[in-house]
Amino acid sequence: MANKILAILEQREGTIKRSSFEVVNAAANLAQKLGTSAEAVVVGDTISNINDIPKYGIQKITHLKSKDLFNYSSSGYSEAISNFAKESGFNFFMLSNTALGKDLAPHLSVKLDTACLVDCTKFEVKDNDIVYTRPLYAGKALVDVKLLSDKKVITLRPNVFKAEENENAPTAEIDVKEISSVNLKSKVTEYKKSEGKLDVAEADIIVSGGRGIKGPENFHLIEELAEALGAAVGASRAVVDAGWRPHSEQVGQTGKTVSPSLYVACGISGAIQHLAGMSSSKYIVAINKDKDAPIFNVADYGITGDLFEILPALTNEIKKVK
Amino acid sequence: MKIVVCVSHVPDTATRIKIGSDVKTIDPNGVTYIINPYDEYAVEEALKLKERSGSGEVVAVSVGTDNSKETIRKALAMGVDSAVLLKDENHRDSLGIAKALAEEIKAQGAKLVFMGKQSVDYDNSIVGQLTAELLDYNCVPVVVKLEIEGEKVIAEREIEGGREVVETSLPVVITCQKGLNEPRYASLKGIMAAKKKTIEEKPAASFTPTSEVLKMYLPPGKQPGRIIGSDASAVPELVRLLKEEAKVI
Ligand SMILES: Cc1cc2nc3c(=O)[nH]c(=O)nc-3n(C[C@H](O)[C@H](O)[C@H](O)COP(=O)(O)OP(=O)(O)OC[C@H]3O[C@@H](n4cnc5c(N)ncnc54)[C@H](O)[C@@H]3O)c2cc1C
Ligand SMILES: Nc1ncnc2c1ncn2[C@@H]1O[C@H](COP(=O)(O)O)[C@@H](O)[C@H]1O
Repeated sequence: MANKILAILEQREGTIKRSSFEVVNAAANLAQKLGTSAEAVVVGDTISNINDIPKYGIQKITHLKSKDLFNYSSSGYSEAISNFAKESGFNFFMLSNTALGKDLAPHLSVKLDTACLVDCTKFEVKDNDIVYTRPLYAGKALVDVKLLSDKKVITLRPNVFKAEENENAPTAEIDVKEISSVNLKSKVTEYKKSEGKLDVAEADIIVSGGRGIKGPENFHLIEELAEALGAAVGASRAVVDAGWRPHSEQVGQTGKTVSPSLYVACGISGAIQHLAGMSSSKYIVAINKDKDAPIFNVADYGITGDLFEILPALTNEIKKVK
Repeated sequence: MKIVVCVSHVPDTATRIKIGSDVKTIDPNGVTYIINPYDEYAVEEALKLKERSGSGEVVAVSVGTDNSKETIRKALAMGVDSAVLLKDENHRDSLGIAKALAEEIKAQGAKLVFMGKQSVDYDNSIVGQLTAELLDYNCVPVVVKLEIEGEKVIAEREIEGGREVVETSLPVVITCQKGLNEPRYASLKGIMAAKKKTIEEKPAASFTPTSEVLKMYLPPGKQPGRIIGSDASAVPELVRLLKEEAKVI
Protein backbone atom coordinates (compact mmCIF):
# COMPACT_ATOMS: atom_id res chain seq x y z
CA MET A 1 0.00 0.00 0.00
CA ALA A 2 1.31 3.42 -0.90
CA ASN A 3 2.30 5.52 2.04
CA LYS A 4 0.51 8.76 2.65
CA ILE A 5 2.52 10.53 5.29
CA LEU A 6 1.17 12.87 7.95
CA ALA A 7 3.52 14.87 10.17
CA ILE A 8 1.72 15.62 13.43
CA LEU A 9 3.03 18.84 14.92
CA GLU A 10 3.06 20.02 18.50
CA GLN A 11 2.24 23.51 19.66
CA ARG A 12 2.49 24.89 23.16
CA GLU A 13 0.66 28.12 23.91
CA GLY A 14 0.13 28.72 20.21
CA THR A 15 3.71 28.21 19.00
CA ILE A 16 4.88 25.14 17.08
CA LYS A 17 7.95 23.62 18.73
CA ARG A 18 11.33 23.22 17.10
CA SER A 19 11.23 19.44 17.48
CA SER A 20 8.13 19.46 15.26
CA PHE A 21 10.05 21.13 12.46
CA GLU A 22 12.51 18.23 12.68
CA VAL A 23 9.52 15.96 12.06
CA VAL A 24 8.38 18.07 9.09
CA ASN A 25 11.85 17.81 7.59
CA ALA A 26 12.11 14.06 8.20
CA ALA A 27 8.62 13.43 6.80
CA ALA A 28 9.37 15.47 3.68
CA ASN A 29 12.65 13.60 3.14
CA LEU A 30 10.99 10.23 3.60
CA ALA A 31 8.17 11.15 1.22
CA GLN A 32 10.72 12.09 -1.40
CA LYS A 33 12.57 8.79 -1.02
CA LEU A 34 9.35 6.81 -1.25
CA GLY A 35 8.03 8.90 -4.13
CA THR A 36 4.95 9.92 -2.19
CA SER A 37 3.62 13.03 -0.52
CA ALA A 38 3.65 14.37 3.02
CA GLU A 39 1.25 16.74 4.72
CA ALA A 40 1.20 18.24 8.18
CA VAL A 41 -1.47 18.65 10.82
CA VAL A 42 -1.45 20.82 13.89
CA VAL A 43 -4.09 20.87 16.61
CA GLY A 44 -4.77 23.97 18.68
CA ASP A 45 -6.36 27.38 18.81
CA THR A 46 -4.56 30.29 17.15
CA ILE A 47 -1.05 29.35 16.01
CA SER A 48 1.54 32.03 15.49
CA ASN A 49 4.20 30.31 13.36
CA ILE A 50 2.14 28.05 11.09
CA ASN A 51 3.57 29.85 8.06
CA ASP A 52 7.06 28.65 8.93
CA ILE A 53 6.21 25.02 8.15
CA PRO A 54 6.90 25.10 4.37
CA LYS A 55 10.49 26.19 5.06
CA TYR A 56 11.05 22.71 6.41
CA GLY A 57 9.58 20.93 3.41
CA ILE A 58 5.82 20.54 3.75
CA GLN A 59 3.43 22.91 2.08
CA LYS A 60 0.03 21.40 2.75
CA ILE A 61 -1.13 21.92 6.29
CA THR A 62 -4.35 21.21 8.11
CA HIS A 63 -5.12 23.13 11.26
CA LEU A 64 -7.65 21.35 13.48
CA LYS A 65 -8.93 24.31 15.40
CA SER A 66 -10.92 24.91 18.55
CA LYS A 67 -10.61 27.02 21.69
CA ASP A 68 -10.99 23.78 23.62
CA LEU A 69 -7.84 22.45 21.96
CA PHE A 70 -5.58 25.27 23.17
CA ASN A 71 -4.28 22.96 25.87
CA TYR A 72 -3.42 19.32 25.28
CA SER A 73 -6.08 16.69 25.81
CA SER A 74 -5.19 13.09 25.04
CA SER A 75 -8.84 12.28 24.25
CA GLY A 76 -9.52 15.49 22.29
CA TYR A 77 -6.31 15.50 20.26
CA SER A 78 -6.31 11.78 19.45
CA GLU A 79 -9.96 11.85 18.40
CA ALA A 80 -9.60 14.96 16.21
CA ILE A 81 -6.44 13.65 14.51
CA SER A 82 -7.69 10.11 13.98
CA ASN A 83 -11.00 11.34 12.49
CA PHE A 84 -9.09 13.60 10.12
CA ALA A 85 -6.63 10.82 9.24
CA LYS A 86 -9.42 8.40 8.42
CA GLU A 87 -11.27 10.93 6.23
CA SER A 88 -8.11 11.78 4.34
CA GLY A 89 -6.64 8.29 4.07
CA PHE A 90 -3.30 8.84 5.78
CA ASN A 91 -1.52 5.69 6.84
CA PHE A 92 1.92 6.82 8.04
CA PHE A 93 2.17 9.13 11.01
CA MET A 94 5.22 10.87 12.41
CA LEU A 95 5.54 12.77 15.69
CA SER A 96 8.33 13.98 17.90
CA ASN A 97 9.10 11.83 20.95
CA THR A 98 8.28 14.62 23.41
CA ALA A 99 6.02 14.28 26.46
CA LEU A 100 3.07 15.06 24.19
CA GLY A 101 4.22 12.90 21.29
CA LYS A 102 4.92 9.93 23.55
CA ASP A 103 1.42 10.18 24.95
CA LEU A 104 -0.41 10.81 21.70
CA ALA A 105 1.35 8.18 19.54
CA PRO A 106 0.01 5.06 21.33
CA HIS A 107 -3.52 6.51 21.51
CA LEU A 108 -3.46 7.12 17.76
CA SER A 109 -1.94 3.72 17.16
CA VAL A 110 -4.92 1.91 18.71
CA LYS A 111 -7.52 4.28 17.23
CA LEU A 112 -6.06 3.88 13.74
CA ASP A 113 -5.02 0.24 14.14
CA THR A 114 -1.35 0.80 13.33
CA ALA A 115 2.03 -0.52 14.36
CA CYS A 116 3.75 1.84 16.79
CA LEU A 117 7.47 2.53 17.07
CA VAL A 118 8.81 5.14 19.47
CA ASP A 119 12.06 7.02 19.93
CA CYS A 120 13.42 6.33 16.47
CA THR A 121 16.90 7.76 15.82
CA LYS A 122 17.33 6.68 12.20
CA PHE A 123 15.34 5.19 9.35
CA GLU A 124 16.42 3.92 6.00
CA VAL A 125 14.50 2.93 2.93
CA LYS A 126 15.64 -0.50 1.76
CA ASP A 127 13.90 -2.41 -1.06
CA ASN A 128 10.81 -0.25 -0.70
CA ASP A 129 10.59 -1.15 2.96
CA ILE A 130 11.73 0.95 5.88
CA VAL A 131 14.18 -0.17 8.55
CA TYR A 132 13.97 1.80 11.77
CA THR A 133 16.74 2.11 14.34
CA ARG A 134 16.11 2.89 17.98
CA PRO A 135 18.02 2.67 21.25
CA LEU A 136 17.09 0.22 24.03
CA TYR A 137 18.37 -0.29 27.56
CA ALA A 138 18.86 3.46 27.86
CA GLY A 139 21.11 3.55 24.84
CA LYS A 140 23.29 0.59 25.82
CA ALA A 141 22.01 -1.27 22.76
CA LEU A 142 20.37 -0.46 19.43
CA VAL A 143 17.86 -2.42 17.37
CA ASP A 144 16.90 -2.38 13.74
CA VAL A 145 13.19 -3.01 13.40
CA LYS A 146 10.74 -3.60 10.58
CA LEU A 147 7.07 -2.77 11.03
CA LEU A 148 4.71 -5.44 9.82
CA SER A 149 1.55 -3.39 9.47
CA ASP A 150 0.59 -1.21 6.49
CA LYS A 151 -0.27 1.53 8.92
CA LYS A 152 2.39 3.01 11.15
CA VAL A 153 2.88 5.58 13.87
CA ILE A 154 6.46 6.51 14.64
CA THR A 155 8.01 9.03 17.00
CA LEU A 156 11.41 10.59 16.38
CA ARG A 157 13.85 11.34 19.16
CA PRO A 158 14.18 15.13 19.43
CA ASN A 159 17.50 16.75 18.50
CA VAL A 160 18.63 13.84 16.32
CA PHE A 161 17.01 14.69 12.99
CA LYS A 162 17.93 18.04 11.48
CA ALA A 163 15.43 20.82 10.89
CA GLU A 164 16.99 22.29 7.78
CA GLU A 165 15.48 25.52 6.54
CA ASN A 166 14.94 26.36 2.93
CA GLU A 167 14.47 30.10 2.55
CA ASN A 168 12.88 29.89 -0.92
CA ALA A 169 10.01 27.77 0.26
CA PRO A 170 6.56 28.00 -1.33
CA THR A 171 3.81 29.65 0.68
CA ALA A 172 1.79 27.53 3.05
CA GLU A 173 -1.53 26.07 1.92
CA ILE A 174 -3.47 26.05 5.14
CA ASP A 175 -6.80 24.34 5.55
CA VAL A 176 -8.46 25.35 8.81
CA LYS A 177 -11.01 22.82 10.07
CA GLU A 178 -13.06 23.99 13.02
CA ILE A 179 -13.69 21.15 15.46
CA SER A 180 -17.15 21.70 16.88
CA SER A 181 -17.31 19.15 19.65
CA VAL A 182 -14.11 18.25 21.45
CA ASN A 183 -13.85 15.08 23.53
CA LEU A 184 -12.56 16.42 26.84
CA LYS A 185 -12.81 13.23 28.91
CA SER A 186 -9.23 13.94 29.81
CA LYS A 187 -7.91 17.47 29.69
CA VAL A 188 -5.03 19.66 30.80
CA THR A 189 -6.32 22.42 33.06
CA GLU A 190 -3.06 24.08 33.99
CA TYR A 191 0.61 24.23 33.10
CA LYS A 192 2.99 24.80 36.00
CA LYS A 193 6.31 26.02 34.69
CA SER A 194 9.22 24.95 36.83
CA GLU A 195 11.60 27.57 38.22
CA GLY A 196 14.56 26.58 36.06
CA LYS A 197 14.43 28.14 32.63
CA LEU A 198 15.43 25.54 30.09
CA ASP A 199 14.64 21.81 30.34
CA VAL A 200 17.47 19.33 29.76
CA ALA A 201 15.24 17.32 27.44
CA GLU A 202 14.97 20.27 25.06
CA ALA A 203 18.34 21.94 25.42
CA ASP A 204 21.04 22.06 22.78
CA ILE A 205 23.74 22.49 25.43
CA ILE A 206 23.67 21.02 28.94
CA VAL A 207 25.98 21.70 31.87
CA SER A 208 25.58 19.02 34.53
CA GLY A 209 26.90 18.87 38.06
CA GLY A 210 27.60 15.80 40.19
CA ARG A 211 28.66 15.03 43.70
CA GLY A 212 32.04 16.65 43.00
CA ILE A 213 30.32 20.01 43.41
CA LYS A 214 30.22 19.26 47.16
CA GLY A 215 26.97 21.00 48.09
CA PRO A 216 23.94 22.86 46.75
CA GLU A 217 25.57 26.16 47.73
CA ASN A 218 28.19 25.61 45.02
CA PHE A 219 25.76 24.91 42.20
CA HIS A 220 25.92 28.55 41.16
CA LEU A 221 29.20 27.60 39.44
CA ILE A 222 27.22 25.25 37.18
CA GLU A 223 24.41 27.79 36.72
CA GLU A 224 26.81 30.55 35.74
CA LEU A 225 28.54 28.43 33.13
CA ALA A 226 25.13 27.30 31.84
CA GLU A 227 24.01 30.88 31.55
CA ALA A 228 27.15 31.92 29.68
CA LEU A 229 26.57 29.05 27.22
CA GLY A 230 22.80 29.46 26.99
CA ALA A 231 22.57 25.94 28.37
CA ALA A 232 20.22 23.97 30.61
CA VAL A 233 21.36 22.76 34.03
CA GLY A 234 21.50 19.00 34.54
CA ALA A 235 22.43 16.80 37.49
CA SER A 236 23.54 13.31 38.39
CA ARG A 237 21.29 11.13 40.50
CA ALA A 238 23.66 11.47 43.45
CA VAL A 239 22.90 15.18 43.74
CA VAL A 240 19.18 14.69 43.09
CA ASP A 241 18.95 12.02 45.78
CA ALA A 242 20.83 14.32 48.15
CA GLY A 243 18.08 16.87 47.54
CA TRP A 244 20.44 19.46 46.04
CA ARG A 245 18.59 19.58 42.72
CA PRO A 246 15.07 18.62 41.52
CA HIS A 247 14.47 15.29 39.80
CA SER A 248 13.42 17.10 36.63
CA GLU A 249 17.12 17.88 36.10
CA GLN A 250 18.35 14.30 36.50
CA VAL A 251 20.13 12.87 33.50
CA GLY A 252 20.47 9.13 33.14
CA GLN A 253 18.69 5.84 32.98
CA THR A 254 16.14 6.79 35.62
CA GLY A 255 16.19 10.46 34.70
CA LYS A 256 16.12 11.98 31.26
CA THR A 257 17.82 10.70 28.15
CA VAL A 258 19.42 13.60 26.35
CA SER A 259 21.33 14.10 23.11
CA PRO A 260 22.43 17.73 22.99
CA SER A 261 25.21 19.07 20.77
CA LEU A 262 27.33 19.69 23.84
CA TYR A 263 27.24 18.05 27.27
CA VAL A 264 29.57 19.36 29.98
CA ALA A 265 29.89 16.96 32.93
CA CYS A 266 31.39 18.56 36.04
CA GLY A 267 32.28 16.45 39.06
CA ILE A 268 30.40 13.47 37.65
CA SER A 269 32.13 10.09 37.80
CA GLY A 270 30.27 8.58 34.84
CA ALA A 271 28.37 5.66 36.38
CA ILE A 272 26.82 3.36 33.80
CA GLN A 273 23.33 4.69 34.58
CA HIS A 274 24.48 8.26 34.00
CA LEU A 275 26.30 7.40 30.76
CA ALA A 276 23.18 5.67 29.51
CA GLY A 277 21.34 8.98 29.55
CA MET A 278 23.90 11.19 27.86
CA SER A 279 26.47 9.24 25.86
CA SER A 280 24.64 9.94 22.59
CA SER A 281 25.45 13.65 22.99
CA LYS A 282 27.37 14.95 19.99
CA TYR A 283 30.24 16.39 22.05
CA ILE A 284 31.05 15.63 25.66
CA VAL A 285 33.35 17.62 27.92
CA ALA A 286 34.37 16.18 31.29
CA ILE A 287 35.86 18.07 34.20
CA ASN A 288 36.90 15.73 36.97
CA LYS A 289 39.89 15.60 39.27
CA ASP A 290 40.13 11.82 39.03
CA LYS A 291 41.86 10.98 35.76
CA ASP A 292 40.51 7.41 35.98
CA ALA A 293 36.86 8.45 36.23
CA PRO A 294 34.82 6.50 33.62
CA ILE A 295 33.34 9.75 32.29
CA PHE A 296 36.64 10.25 30.44
CA ASN A 297 35.91 7.11 28.40
CA VAL A 298 33.06 8.88 26.64
CA ALA A 299 34.37 12.45 26.74
CA ASP A 300 35.70 14.12 23.61
CA TYR A 301 37.59 16.68 25.65
CA GLY A 302 38.62 16.42 29.26
CA ILE A 303 40.31 18.44 31.93
CA THR A 304 41.60 16.40 34.85
CA GLY A 305 41.52 18.99 37.59
CA ASP A 306 39.65 20.80 40.32
CA LEU A 307 36.30 22.05 39.12
CA PHE A 308 36.32 24.87 41.69
CA GLU A 309 39.25 26.36 39.83
CA ILE A 310 38.28 25.37 36.28
CA LEU A 311 34.59 26.31 36.19
CA PRO A 312 35.00 30.05 36.95
CA ALA A 313 37.83 30.25 34.41
CA LEU A 314 35.71 28.47 31.80
CA THR A 315 32.71 30.73 32.43
CA ASN A 316 34.94 33.79 31.96
CA GLU A 317 36.51 32.47 28.79
CA ILE A 318 33.11 31.62 27.28
CA LYS A 319 31.84 35.11 28.06
CA LYS A 320 34.88 36.50 26.21
CA VAL A 321 34.33 34.55 23.01
CA LYS A 322 30.52 34.71 22.86
CA MET B 1 -12.37 -1.09 44.92
CA LYS B 2 -10.17 -3.42 42.96
CA ILE B 3 -6.86 -2.04 41.74
CA VAL B 4 -4.56 -3.69 39.20
CA VAL B 5 -0.80 -2.95 39.13
CA CYS B 6 1.20 -4.10 36.15
CA VAL B 7 4.77 -5.12 36.87
CA SER B 8 7.54 -6.08 34.50
CA HIS B 9 10.70 -8.06 35.08
CA VAL B 10 13.73 -6.21 33.71
CA PRO B 11 17.54 -6.29 33.80
CA ASP B 12 19.10 -4.31 36.64
CA THR B 13 20.13 -0.85 35.42
CA ALA B 14 23.78 -1.57 36.27
CA THR B 15 23.82 -4.38 33.68
CA ARG B 16 26.46 -4.29 30.99
CA ILE B 17 24.56 -5.39 27.93
CA LYS B 18 25.86 -8.25 25.81
CA ILE B 19 24.06 -9.23 22.65
CA GLY B 20 22.61 -12.76 22.58
CA SER B 21 23.55 -15.39 20.03
CA ASP B 22 20.27 -14.80 18.15
CA VAL B 23 21.43 -11.18 17.57
CA LYS B 24 17.89 -10.09 18.43
CA THR B 25 17.83 -10.09 22.22
CA ILE B 26 20.37 -9.61 24.99
CA ASP B 27 22.42 -12.43 26.44
CA PRO B 28 20.71 -13.12 29.77
CA ASN B 29 23.75 -14.89 31.25
CA GLY B 30 25.02 -13.12 34.32
CA VAL B 31 22.24 -10.53 34.18
CA THR B 32 20.38 -9.78 37.42
CA TYR B 33 16.70 -9.16 36.88
CA ILE B 34 14.65 -6.85 39.09
CA ILE B 35 11.18 -5.40 39.31
CA ASN B 36 11.08 -2.44 36.93
CA PRO B 37 12.03 0.54 39.17
CA TYR B 38 9.00 2.62 38.10
CA ASP B 39 6.66 -0.26 38.86
CA GLU B 40 7.62 0.07 42.53
CA TYR B 41 5.98 3.50 42.51
CA ALA B 42 2.92 1.89 40.93
CA VAL B 43 2.74 -0.80 43.62
CA GLU B 44 3.20 1.78 46.38
CA GLU B 45 0.46 4.06 45.03
CA ALA B 46 -2.00 1.16 44.76
CA LEU B 47 -1.24 0.02 48.31
CA LYS B 48 -1.53 3.57 49.66
CA LEU B 49 -4.94 4.05 48.08
CA LYS B 50 -6.20 0.74 49.38
CA GLU B 51 -4.96 1.51 52.89
CA ARG B 52 -6.53 4.95 52.83
CA SER B 53 -9.92 3.63 51.74
CA GLY B 54 -9.70 0.82 54.29
CA SER B 55 -10.97 -1.78 51.86
CA GLY B 56 -10.37 -3.16 48.40
CA GLU B 57 -7.94 -5.47 46.74
CA VAL B 58 -4.68 -4.96 44.87
CA VAL B 59 -3.84 -7.46 42.12
CA ALA B 60 -0.43 -7.57 40.42
CA VAL B 61 -0.36 -8.65 36.78
CA SER B 62 2.70 -9.45 34.72
CA VAL B 63 3.21 -10.74 31.20
CA GLY B 64 6.25 -12.95 30.95
CA THR B 65 7.83 -16.31 31.67
CA ASP B 66 8.26 -18.22 34.95
CA ASN B 67 11.21 -15.93 35.63
CA SER B 68 8.80 -13.04 36.16
CA LYS B 69 7.55 -14.75 39.32
CA GLU B 70 10.49 -13.25 41.15
CA THR B 71 9.22 -9.77 40.36
CA ILE B 72 5.65 -10.76 41.20
CA ARG B 73 6.86 -12.07 44.60
CA LYS B 74 8.50 -8.73 45.20
CA ALA B 75 5.14 -6.99 44.63
CA LEU B 76 3.41 -9.53 46.88
CA ALA B 77 6.04 -8.98 49.56
CA MET B 78 5.37 -5.24 49.45
CA GLY B 79 1.73 -6.04 50.30
CA VAL B 80 -0.14 -6.79 47.06
CA ASP B 81 -3.02 -9.23 47.77
CA SER B 82 -2.86 -11.55 44.78
CA ALA B 83 -1.16 -11.97 41.44
CA VAL B 84 -1.65 -13.22 37.91
CA LEU B 85 1.12 -14.27 35.54
CA LEU B 86 0.11 -14.10 31.89
CA LYS B 87 2.50 -16.53 30.32
CA ASP B 88 4.27 -16.20 27.04
CA GLU B 89 7.64 -17.75 26.31
CA ASN B 90 8.26 -15.38 23.44
CA HIS B 91 9.16 -11.74 23.50
CA ARG B 92 6.14 -9.56 22.76
CA ASP B 93 6.00 -6.06 21.36
CA SER B 94 4.24 -3.35 23.40
CA LEU B 95 0.90 -3.87 21.70
CA GLY B 96 1.07 -7.59 22.45
CA ILE B 97 1.72 -6.85 26.11
CA ALA B 98 -1.06 -4.25 26.20
CA LYS B 99 -3.57 -6.69 24.67
CA ALA B 100 -2.79 -9.32 27.29
CA LEU B 101 -2.99 -6.77 30.11
CA ALA B 102 -6.23 -5.24 28.81
CA GLU B 103 -7.95 -8.60 28.68
CA GLU B 104 -6.96 -9.43 32.24
CA ILE B 105 -7.91 -5.99 33.58
CA LYS B 106 -11.33 -6.40 32.00
CA ALA B 107 -11.71 -9.86 33.52
CA GLN B 108 -10.73 -8.47 36.90
CA GLY B 109 -13.21 -5.62 36.52
CA ALA B 110 -10.66 -3.11 37.81
CA LYS B 111 -11.43 0.55 37.18
CA LEU B 112 -8.10 1.78 38.45
CA VAL B 113 -4.80 0.58 37.03
CA PHE B 114 -1.25 1.58 37.94
CA MET B 115 1.80 1.02 35.79
CA GLY B 116 5.33 2.42 35.65
CA LYS B 117 6.04 5.30 33.31
CA GLN B 118 8.53 3.19 31.39
CA SER B 119 10.13 -0.20 31.58
CA VAL B 120 13.89 0.16 31.68
CA ASP B 121 14.51 -2.59 29.14
CA TYR B 122 12.86 -1.49 25.91
CA ASP B 123 12.17 2.05 27.18
CA ASN B 124 8.92 2.30 25.25
CA SER B 125 6.71 4.26 27.65
CA ILE B 126 3.58 3.27 25.77
CA VAL B 127 2.09 0.15 27.35
CA GLY B 128 -0.07 2.27 29.71
CA GLN B 129 -1.61 4.38 26.97
CA LEU B 130 -2.10 1.38 24.65
CA THR B 131 -3.81 -0.61 27.38
CA ALA B 132 -6.07 2.32 28.30
CA GLU B 133 -7.05 2.93 24.70
CA LEU B 134 -7.83 -0.78 24.16
CA LEU B 135 -10.10 -0.70 27.21
CA ASP B 136 -11.51 2.74 26.44
CA TYR B 137 -10.18 3.92 29.81
CA ASN B 138 -8.65 7.33 30.42
CA CYS B 139 -4.90 7.52 30.87
CA VAL B 140 -2.49 9.94 32.50
CA PRO B 141 1.16 9.05 31.96
CA VAL B 142 4.28 10.11 33.92
CA VAL B 143 2.35 11.13 37.03
CA VAL B 144 4.13 12.75 39.99
CA LYS B 145 1.05 13.77 42.01
CA LEU B 146 -2.35 12.17 42.20
CA GLU B 147 -5.72 12.85 43.83
CA ILE B 148 -8.74 10.63 43.41
CA GLU B 149 -12.12 11.71 44.84
CA GLY B 150 -14.96 9.40 43.98
CA GLU B 151 -14.89 9.19 40.19
CA LYS B 152 -12.83 12.33 39.72
CA VAL B 153 -9.10 12.15 39.04
CA ILE B 154 -6.67 15.06 39.19
CA ALA B 155 -3.10 14.17 38.25
CA GLU B 156 0.05 16.17 37.70
CA ARG B 157 2.35 14.82 35.07
CA GLU B 158 5.90 15.77 34.19
CA ILE B 159 6.49 17.38 30.81
CA GLU B 160 9.31 19.48 29.35
CA GLY B 161 9.90 22.51 31.52
CA GLY B 162 7.23 21.82 34.13
CA ARG B 163 4.10 19.95 35.01
CA GLU B 164 0.68 19.62 33.46
CA VAL B 165 -2.38 19.29 35.64
CA VAL B 166 -4.75 16.80 34.03
CA GLU B 167 -8.39 16.35 34.98
CA THR B 168 -10.12 13.13 34.10
CA SER B 169 -12.23 10.40 35.66
CA LEU B 170 -12.37 6.68 36.39
CA PRO B 171 -11.81 4.22 34.83
CA VAL B 172 -8.19 5.26 34.42
CA VAL B 173 -4.66 3.97 33.84
CA ILE B 174 -2.00 5.98 35.69
CA THR B 175 1.67 5.53 34.82
CA CYS B 176 3.96 6.45 37.69
CA GLN B 177 7.09 8.58 37.76
CA LYS B 178 9.69 8.96 40.48
CA GLY B 179 8.49 11.59 42.96
CA LEU B 180 4.92 10.28 43.21
CA ASN B 181 5.71 8.46 46.47
CA GLU B 182 8.42 6.60 48.36
CA PRO B 183 8.06 2.88 47.70
CA ARG B 184 8.07 0.88 50.93
CA TYR B 185 10.56 -1.87 51.67
CA ALA B 186 9.13 -5.34 51.95
CA SER B 187 9.01 -6.35 55.61
CA LEU B 188 10.20 -9.76 56.74
CA LYS B 189 6.57 -10.60 57.49
CA GLY B 190 5.62 -9.48 54.00
CA ILE B 191 8.31 -11.63 52.42
CA MET B 192 7.17 -14.68 54.41
CA ALA B 193 3.52 -14.06 53.53
CA ALA B 194 4.41 -13.61 49.84
CA LYS B 195 5.92 -17.09 49.76
CA LYS B 196 2.57 -18.57 50.75
CA LYS B 197 0.47 -16.68 48.25
CA THR B 198 -0.26 -18.48 45.00
CA ILE B 199 0.36 -16.86 41.67
CA GLU B 200 -2.40 -17.60 39.23
CA GLU B 201 -1.00 -18.58 35.84
CA LYS B 202 -2.69 -18.48 32.48
CA PRO B 203 -1.65 -18.07 28.87
CA ALA B 204 -1.43 -14.46 27.69
CA ALA B 205 -4.08 -13.46 25.14
CA SER B 206 -2.95 -14.16 21.62
CA PHE B 207 -1.97 -11.35 19.30
CA THR B 208 -0.44 -10.69 15.91
CA PRO B 209 2.98 -9.03 16.10
CA THR B 210 3.20 -5.64 14.40
CA SER B 211 6.96 -5.34 14.49
CA GLU B 212 9.96 -7.53 13.94
CA VAL B 213 13.43 -7.08 15.34
CA LEU B 214 15.95 -7.59 12.55
CA LYS B 215 19.04 -7.24 14.68
CA MET B 216 20.29 -5.92 17.99
CA TYR B 217 23.76 -4.46 18.37
CA LEU B 218 25.91 -2.29 20.58
CA PRO B 219 26.24 1.40 19.74
CA PRO B 220 29.48 2.31 17.99
CA GLY B 221 32.13 2.88 20.65
CA LYS B 222 33.41 6.39 21.06
CA GLN B 223 37.00 7.24 20.28
CA PRO B 224 38.78 7.86 23.55
CA GLY B 225 38.81 11.60 24.07
CA ARG B 226 41.59 14.04 24.53
CA ILE B 227 42.79 15.22 27.91
CA ILE B 228 43.59 18.85 27.37
CA GLY B 229 45.19 19.62 30.69
CA SER B 230 44.98 19.35 34.42
CA ASP B 231 44.16 22.86 35.56
CA ALA B 232 42.61 26.18 34.54
CA SER B 233 45.42 26.89 32.09
CA ALA B 234 43.77 24.34 29.76
CA VAL B 235 40.59 26.40 29.56
CA PRO B 236 41.49 28.64 26.55
CA GLU B 237 42.47 25.57 24.51
CA LEU B 238 39.21 23.81 25.47
CA VAL B 239 37.16 26.80 24.36
CA ARG B 240 39.10 27.04 21.12
CA LEU B 241 38.42 23.35 20.36
CA LEU B 242 34.73 23.74 21.15
CA LYS B 243 34.55 26.72 18.85
CA GLU B 244 36.78 25.70 15.97
CA GLU B 245 36.85 21.91 15.94
CA ALA B 246 33.52 20.86 17.41
CA LYS B 247 31.78 24.07 16.33
CA VAL B 248 29.25 23.76 19.14
CA ILE B 249 29.61 27.22 20.66
C1 LIG C 1 18.52 1.74 39.70
C2 LIG C 1 19.53 2.84 39.58
C3 LIG C 1 19.28 3.88 38.70
C4 LIG C 1 20.17 4.95 38.59
N1 LIG C 1 19.89 5.95 37.71
C5 LIG C 1 20.76 6.99 37.60
C6 LIG C 1 20.48 8.08 36.70
O1 LIG C 1 19.44 8.14 36.04
N2 LIG C 1 21.38 9.09 36.63
C7 LIG C 1 22.54 9.11 37.36
O2 LIG C 1 23.30 10.07 37.24
N3 LIG C 1 22.82 8.09 38.21
C8 LIG C 1 21.95 7.04 38.36
N4 LIG C 1 22.23 6.07 39.26
C9 LIG C 1 23.33 6.29 40.21
C10 LIG C 1 24.71 5.98 39.69
O3 LIG C 1 24.97 4.61 39.88
C11 LIG C 1 25.76 6.83 40.46
O4 LIG C 1 25.65 6.56 41.83
C12 LIG C 1 25.64 8.34 40.25
O5 LIG C 1 25.51 8.66 38.88
C13 LIG C 1 26.85 9.02 40.82
O6 LIG C 1 26.73 10.42 40.73
P1 LIG C 1 28.01 11.36 40.67
O7 LIG C 1 28.80 11.04 39.48
O8 LIG C 1 27.52 12.75 40.82
O9 LIG C 1 28.76 11.01 42.03
P2 LIG C 1 30.13 10.21 42.28
O10 LIG C 1 30.12 8.88 41.63
O11 LIG C 1 30.35 10.28 43.73
O12 LIG C 1 31.21 11.07 41.51
C14 LIG C 1 31.66 12.32 41.92
C15 LIG C 1 32.84 12.68 41.01
O13 LIG C 1 33.27 14.00 41.30
C16 LIG C 1 34.68 14.04 41.21
N5 LIG C 1 35.14 15.17 42.01
C17 LIG C 1 35.08 15.31 43.35
N6 LIG C 1 35.57 16.50 43.72
C18 LIG C 1 35.94 17.14 42.59
C19 LIG C 1 36.52 18.41 42.31
N7 LIG C 1 36.81 19.27 43.29
N8 LIG C 1 36.78 18.73 41.04
C20 LIG C 1 36.49 17.86 40.04
N9 LIG C 1 35.94 16.65 40.24
C21 LIG C 1 35.66 16.31 41.50
C22 LIG C 1 35.14 12.71 41.73
O14 LIG C 1 36.42 12.39 41.21
C23 LIG C 1 34.06 11.77 41.23
O15 LIG C 1 34.42 11.19 39.99
C24 LIG C 1 21.36 4.98 39.36
C25 LIG C 1 21.63 3.92 40.23
C26 LIG C 1 20.75 2.86 40.33
C27 LIG C 1 21.08 1.73 41.26
N1 LIG D 1 5.56 -7.61 30.43
C1 LIG D 1 4.85 -6.76 31.17
N2 LIG D 1 4.00 -7.21 32.13
C2 LIG D 1 3.28 -6.36 32.89
N3 LIG D 1 3.36 -5.03 32.79
C3 LIG D 1 4.19 -4.52 31.87
C4 LIG D 1 4.97 -5.34 31.00
N4 LIG D 1 5.69 -4.53 30.20
C5 LIG D 1 5.38 -3.26 30.53
N5 LIG D 1 4.47 -3.24 31.53
C6 LIG D 1 3.90 -2.07 32.22
O1 LIG D 1 3.93 -0.95 31.36
C7 LIG D 1 4.77 0.06 31.90
C8 LIG D 1 5.43 0.83 30.80
O2 LIG D 1 6.22 -0.05 30.04
P1 LIG D 1 6.81 0.27 28.58
O3 LIG D 1 5.72 0.90 27.78
O4 LIG D 1 7.25 -1.04 28.07
O5 LIG D 1 7.96 1.22 28.80
C9 LIG D 1 5.70 -0.68 32.85
O6 LIG D 1 6.22 0.18 33.84
C10 LIG D 1 4.76 -1.75 33.43
O7 LIG D 1 3.93 -1.20 34.45
